[in-house]
Amino acid sequence: MIVFILAIILFSIGLYGILVKRNLIKMIIGLVIMEYAVNLMLALVGFRTGGIAPIITSEIPEAAKFVDPLPQAIVLTAIVIGLGTTALLVSFAVRIHEKYDTFDVRKIRKLRG
Amino acid sequence: MRGMTLIVKQITNLMVPSILLLGIYVVLHGHLTPGGGFAGGVLIAGCFTLLILAYGSERIKSEAKKMRASLTESIGIFLFWFITIIGLLNGTYFFYNIIAKTNPGEPFKLFSAGIIPLCNIAIGIEVGAALFSIFITLAILKVGERL
Amino acid sequence: MNLLPLFVVVPLGTAFITLIISKLWDRSADWLANIATIFLMGLAIYCLRFTGQTITYFAGGWEPVEGIPFGIAIVVDSLTIVMLLIVNIVGFGVNIYSINYMSHYTDKPKYYTLFLLMMAGLNGVLISGDLFNLFVFLEITAIASYALVAFGIGSEELEASFKYQILGGTASALILLGLALFYFMTGTLNLADASQIINQIGTNPALVFISILFLVGFGLKAALMPFHSWLPDAHPSAPAPISAMLSGVVIKVLGVYTLVRLFINVFGFNNVPFIPTIFIILGVLSMVVSAYLALGQNDYKRLLAYSSISQIGYVMFAFGLGTPLGFLGGIFHLLNHAASKSLLFLNSGAIVYATDNRDMTKMGGLSTKMPVTSYTSLVGSLSISGIPPLGGFWSKLVIIIAAVQAKHYILSGVAILISIVTLVYYLKSQRLAFWGTLNDIYKNIKEGPFGMSFICILLALLSIGMGLLLLPSLRSLLLDPAVDVLKNGIDYGKTVLGG
Repeated sequence: MIVFILAIILFSIGLYGILVKRNLIKMIIGLVIMEYAVNLMLALVGFRTGGIAPIITSEIPEAAKFVDPLPQAIVLTAIVIGLGTTALLVSFAVRIHEKYDTFDVRKIRKLRG
Repeated sequence: MRGMTLIVKQITNLMVPSILLLGIYVVLHGHLTPGGGFAGGVLIAGCFTLLILAYGSERIKSEAKKMRASLTESIGIFLFWFITIIGLLNGTYFFYNIIAKTNPGEPFKLFSAGIIPLCNIAIGIEVGAALFSIFITLAILKVGERL
Repeated sequence: MNLLPLFVVVPLGTAFITLIISKLWDRSADWLANIATIFLMGLAIYCLRFTGQTITYFAGGWEPVEGIPFGIAIVVDSLTIVMLLIVNIVGFGVNIYSINYMSHYTDKPKYYTLFLLMMAGLNGVLISGDLFNLFVFLEITAIASYALVAFGIGSEELEASFKYQILGGTASALILLGLALFYFMTGTLNLADASQIINQIGTNPALVFISILFLVGFGLKAALMPFHSWLPDAHPSAPAPISAMLSGVVIKVLGVYTLVRLFINVFGFNNVPFIPTIFIILGVLSMVVSAYLALGQNDYKRLLAYSSISQIGYVMFAFGLGTPLGFLGGIFHLLNHAASKSLLFLNSGAIVYATDNRDMTKMGGLSTKMPVTSYTSLVGSLSISGIPPLGGFWSKLVIIIAAVQAKHYILSGVAILISIVTLVYYLKSQRLAFWGTLNDIYKNIKEGPFGMSFICILLALLSIGMGLLLLPSLRSLLLDPAVDVLKNGIDYGKTVLGG
């Protein structure tokens, strides 16, 4: 039970990073921490007490006590999606720095109203 | 980006074949051990990145256009798409495991589980090429240049 | 039944083939992409013969064992068919428009690749019967649209796209967290199976927490009022065909459709009784505040973007009422808004193509030089404001009658008032841009190329004729089965798995 609360605290640390920090790179790091916390939560949901890794080899029979393998597949896909998002964000931050000469989000305000 | 010292270059010469072989092993045995297409692809991209970091980007500038990283990525993902629609063209379901139903191998061997190793190979090629082209675009190319 | 995966397979394959072949021959991307969208539009119109039934298709042939579905399900029912028609017809129109429009930008084949990926993602969200499959296709659509918003790489587009990406990424993280707790509570990811299990469990605090997470996550994608701040920056900065696609299709599919499917068919309005109230509150807030914000805009596309937020507020208000007439009003207003708002954004693109500015105070008298654009934008504006006999009048009438029947008298008065405010700012934009005297700089402009004008006339005819869908014979073909799917609510599970 306590591990779920710790995962939610990690999620809120990431959310704090997006809301409060003013540097573009720190906002990207906040988003990455949020995605880490969600993947951790997904992997924790599938845990069964006393279970072993869900791989069938010739020694372990098919009806042994496995942890749930479905959240692990979901986490794999979510990690790849997070990679794509992060790559796109970082390349945008590089181009914004080249156009505006700053990373401070209070100065990047050409669109308003 | 300058290259590194002589010691780093020699160690890289020794390590790169092993890392590449480990990446190919993880991709090919994706249906037996943990790993699969994505993890193996990251390893393969990592080995190319290690080469660039050790030898400096001057060696790569003249070869980057010839390396066709983005063409390899497109071919990899097109191969994956083609494997998934073989079932539709034959009249059965989408993403159907044709090979496992017609001639299945024995369990726990390398040639088993139908189309899953083929999908893993396609994804390994694609992820390796994609991560490598992201690295080249962000770190080496100047603004306005294309891959 | 083998036709159903083609909605996703065809645009995905064409995107990859375009990427490979366009390295050899540059103009091939035009042909390939347009053949793909014409095929998709034909397939969507062919699926009209399936209205009234629910088709289930399990990918890979993994049929359910003892009634427990463990494969990935593709489900097409009548609500899906209405949304598929919207997506594919608007996509076809926008793609033909962008043959001429995108010649002002560099690197056209990559534009077609990203556009086809966005179409594949939109179709995938609509036909998936599985919650995680829906999430993956939602991410594909979102990432493609982040890259497309910043396509002409100027400083404004980059800033708008960065803001869109951070908010969209937060929304995706919240949705994934809700999905983790959803799996923890029900033990399955299939929507039909989960609706049966939730029906047995009933109301409990976990369901409240999950529904708040989904409401915030999908509400960020739909640009409801407290979560709308990315839309007035992202929609004007995108190239005009992408603005039409984003405002006319993407916020409906990613936001409104998923909210409706999750909260009416899977959770059920009886198990989460505070959700209809929140829909009504957020809908009215969106309607009112963005209408007043739109009055003070000088940029034509930014005014259209605020108007989009306002009309989506109408739709959420209609769905929150909970009565069958409210559902009919909501779905019909989605259809009307898709046709009219896409038309208006394409017109603004024609203005930018000819004169290269978006500021309305510098325009004036364009109707003498660009007659097709001026008349079709008049049709689009009047249709959204609700002037009879154009299409928007009928859908707003149904929404207001449904509100009065549900005894929300004050709110229906507010809806009529906001309709008048909508008419005010559209007439202001028409007067500033099209009527009046011609500015001297624009003496030599002319109408856009034939492809662009043809699509504008087609969409204008659709806006005019959309009111005919309320005739009883046409209504039982398209709109009534969709309302029945929503009326059945929780019975979605029995219909999909049992039948």
